[in-house]
Amino acid sequence: MSASNTAVDAANVIPDRIRSRLEQCFKSWESLLLLVAIAIFIANSLASPYFLNAWNLSDATFNFTEKAYIAFALALLIIAGEIDLSVAAIIALASTAMGAAVQAGAGTPVLVLVGLGTGLLCGAFNGLLVTRLGLPSIVATIGTMSLFRGISYIILGDQAYRGYPADFAFFGQGYVFWVITFEFVLFVLLALIYGVLLHMTNFGRAVYAIGNNPTGALFSGIRVARVKFILFLLTGLMAGVAAICLTSRLGSTRPSIATGWELEIVTMVVLGGVNILGGSGTLPGVVIAAFVMGLVTFGLGLLNVPGIVMSIVIGALLIGVIALPRLWSKWKHR
Amino acid sequence: MIRFKTLKLAAGLLLASGLFANTAFAQDNMRIALVVKALGIGFFEAAAKGAEEAAGELGNVEIIYTGPTDTTAEGQIEVINSLIAQNVDAIAISANDPDALVPALKKAMQRGITVISWDSGVAEEGRQMHLNPSSNSLIGNMIIKLAADHLPDGGQVALLSATATATNQNIWIEEMNKVMGDYPGIEVVATVYGDDLADKSYREAQGLMQSHPDLDAIIAPTSVGIVAAAQAVDDAGKSGEINVTGLGLPSEMAGAIESGASKSFAIWNPIDLGYSATMIAHALASGDAKAEAGSEIPMGRMGSVTLDDTTSGAMADPFVYDSSNIDEFKTIF
Repeated sequence: MSASNTAVDAANVIPDRIRSRLEQCFKSWESLLLLVAIAIFIANSLASPYFLNAWNLSDATFNFTEKAYIAFALALLIIAGEIDLSVAAIIALASTAMGAAVQAGAGTPVLVLVGLGTGLLCGAFNGLLVTRLGLPSIVATIGTMSLFRGISYIILGDQAYRGYPADFAFFGQGYVFWVITFEFVLFVLLALIYGVLLHMTNFGRAVYAIGNNPTGALFSGIRVARVKFILFLLTGLMAGVAAICLTSRLGSTRPSIATGWELEIVTMVVLGGVNILGGSGTLPGVVIAAFVMGLVTFGLGLLNVPGIVMSIVIGALLIGVIALPRLWSKWKHR
Repeated sequence: MIRFKTLKLAAGLLLASGLFANTAFAQDNMRIALVVKALGIGFFEAAAKGAEEAAGELGNVEIIYTGPTDTTAEGQIEVINSLIAQNVDAIAISANDPDALVPALKKAMQRGITVISWDSGVAEEGRQMHLNPSSNSLIGNMIIKLAADHLPDGGQVALLSATATATNQNIWIEEMNKVMGDYPGIEVVATVYGDDLADKSYREAQGLMQSHPDLDAIIAPTSVGIVAAAQAVDDAGKSGEINVTGLGLPSEMAGAIESGASKSFAIWNPIDLGYSATMIAHALASGDAKAEAGSEIPMGRMGSVTLDDTTSGAMADPFVYDSSNIDEFKTIF
């Protein structure tokens, strides 16, 4: 044991910052992103007379809440150096399982269990492929992406499951208080839970450690495979939660549900400042990124900007937000 | 700064009026949103052209032509939410999913927006009416009429269908048989099935020509079969002798019209469809018409549509394409 380690123990903190807290705060990714979010909010308010309306803003949250649930868990997984591209397919399979349960006469509590259970099972399957068989997660989850959605297509074909119970609609269409939707409350709750998990627990420290140096983490006594497996489980579980909310919002299930969401969710995570190669990133960043993406798509939607232009704007935003700080530091150190 | 204040005032007004914010913004224009399955599809671009035509005729109508990037229900819901937020007067949608859009469209109707579907329908509870491009009986009549129009002295025709179990084609053929009495002298000598496969349809068409040397026309009520049959006729050097007709896409049939293997064929006209949907949306939103079973809704130059028990109606006969208009439409869809 070296002297510095003892010092750390004494102070009971691991120094993860070189600059002062204040300086860190001003120069951080999150503050840059927050500025972007505020700018977009102001631009939207000026561009469309319909933007500053409580009901409209409430509707706008649906553009990102369900994706954000998954983005929270995926952020941890990506920080740990892995990725899960099968999340949208898990939504499809979980939704299909819930639809099948409805046909069998299940009520809302059972449906929720089925949705969460399917998500967990899919997450466990991904986790086993990566931690037990040692497959690279990008390859394994591209495989399960086709597998999970494929099962949905085999079960449903061109058919749809309908007839969800009336009280099941609460998750995706219900309001907790005035314009505050259940989905938004859940968004805040999950953001807090994942924020605490990542930034205030040993588990969170282990996630960063694994992402920075898995071998080092292993030799430090972190059970790397177990942590990764839990992260895959959590990601699957969140996909199950998203499946419940989305299915409830749509009131029906088709195998094409949530097509293409995996890339939007990864975009959200990366826009939030999470290093795609692992090791760094924060949960508040992902939360702000969720708002940025929701505000951009809703604001442009109010101006009836075609969807393809929206994709271009999101892409430009992603490249811009990632490239600007690098250009800035290059220019400064010239 | 003044602008910002007005906005805040306006926003306050909107907040205050809550659900009934419809009238908070006095609009001279009626705004009708034409929501399509996805942007960048020729068929829907043509429908938007028709919608603009209707808007021009009506005056004071603004068309919002919009849709998602991919043909997903989730994408359309985001579009619908933003249209609800804008308090448009009417939404006319070609749906990517008949069920998944229902909650979003119900919300639109609750907030006073007129909602109709066209082309690809929404379940009954999610719209006020649905406009089908045509009806089974109109299609059944059209396919035999297309052949008969070029056979004033009567003649032999054969049918090249999709699969023997294809629901659509079987209904159309059944409807055709009901009106055969209107076309004396026309005799259906055979019905064969190309299974909507290009090569099988081609061989079946060849077989028809061999077994019926006096054949005058082949009717293919399928877009795959009609192209294959036209090719078979052309390859046999019988263009002009045997007329291939039925239902097809202008882009795929342009060559057959040019070679003379097909004199004419039919399919719905997207321009008329967009035009009619806009006319109906306007009539319903302005209160000039009601969407109830049995009611008749005017559609400008397209006449009127009568709603059935499911509050859906058929626009018109399939539109006929021939050498006079194929060049205009072959680039559209």
